Amino acid sequence: MADSPFVIAGRTFKSRLIVGTGKYPSHVVMAQAHAAAGAEMVTVAVRRVNISDRSKESLLDYIDDKIFILPNTAGCYTADDAIRTARLGREAGLSNWVKLEVIGDERTLFPDNEALIEATRVLVNEGFIVLPYTNDDPIACRKLEDVGASAVMPLGAPIGSGLGIQNANNIRIIREFSKVPVIVDAGVGTASDAALAM
Amino acid sequence: MTIILNGERFELDSPLSVTALLAKLDIDPRRVAIEHNLNIIKRQTYPDVLIGEGDTVEIVNFVGGG
Repeated sequence: MADSPFVIAGRTFKSRLIVGTGKYPSHVVMAQAHAAAGAEMVTVAVRRVNISDRSKESLLDYIDDKIFILPNTAGCYTADDAIRTARLGREAGLSNWVKLEVIGDERTLFPDNEALIEATRVLVNEGFIVLPYTNDDPIACRKLEDVGASAVMPLGAPIGSGLGIQNANNIRIIREFSKVPVIVDAGVGTASDAALAM
Repeated sequence: MTIILNGERFELDSPLSVTALLAKLDIDPRRVAIEHNLNIIKRQTYPDVLIGEGDTVEIVNFVGGG
């Protein structure tokens, strides 16, 4: 099977695996994991600085210079919050790309698609490259693409569940419908789950 | 004087610039983004933006996440 390039918003990535920066035992282990994975893009969260605990270690010091950093809007429950966080991420960071999350439910962390579509529309109009985290609903993915998302990121399973892809058929349909890249996000538990997704 | 800094009340002696506040908090200005009364402040204006009584300031950076 011939490999086709992975292109998002005109930028080509050699690796189709996007890795996070959370839940590692240390920044050093995280850097080793990134190197071992051959990751070209990693996600980071935009968060308030801890004013009272000013530990000198910065996450950015441990991310290789060649790796593209994608800020996410984790922890945002409204379109307004996600939009503000995306703008802050752009200001703090190195690009106008954002992995957009608008969470609809605190327990399951499922996305609020209505707010997500609105936030995507606003941010695309401000020149952001938006990669929205959504669910495996082909119609939601189509609407996100219609408002200018540069990729769609349907969840495989709830965030943190490690259950692996729960609805492969929907993901297949999304892939068939989409003209932008489809990135399976969330719930990917094992290396074999990730391989299957890719 | 009191401001709201990252959601908490914070005491300052007098109004000061964003640059001065970051220095006081020992925060590297290159690694953060600042919101002052819901406006995102461009880095080049940090020395000019004055924080006063009752202002709301958010200082964010990047942390580990997915």
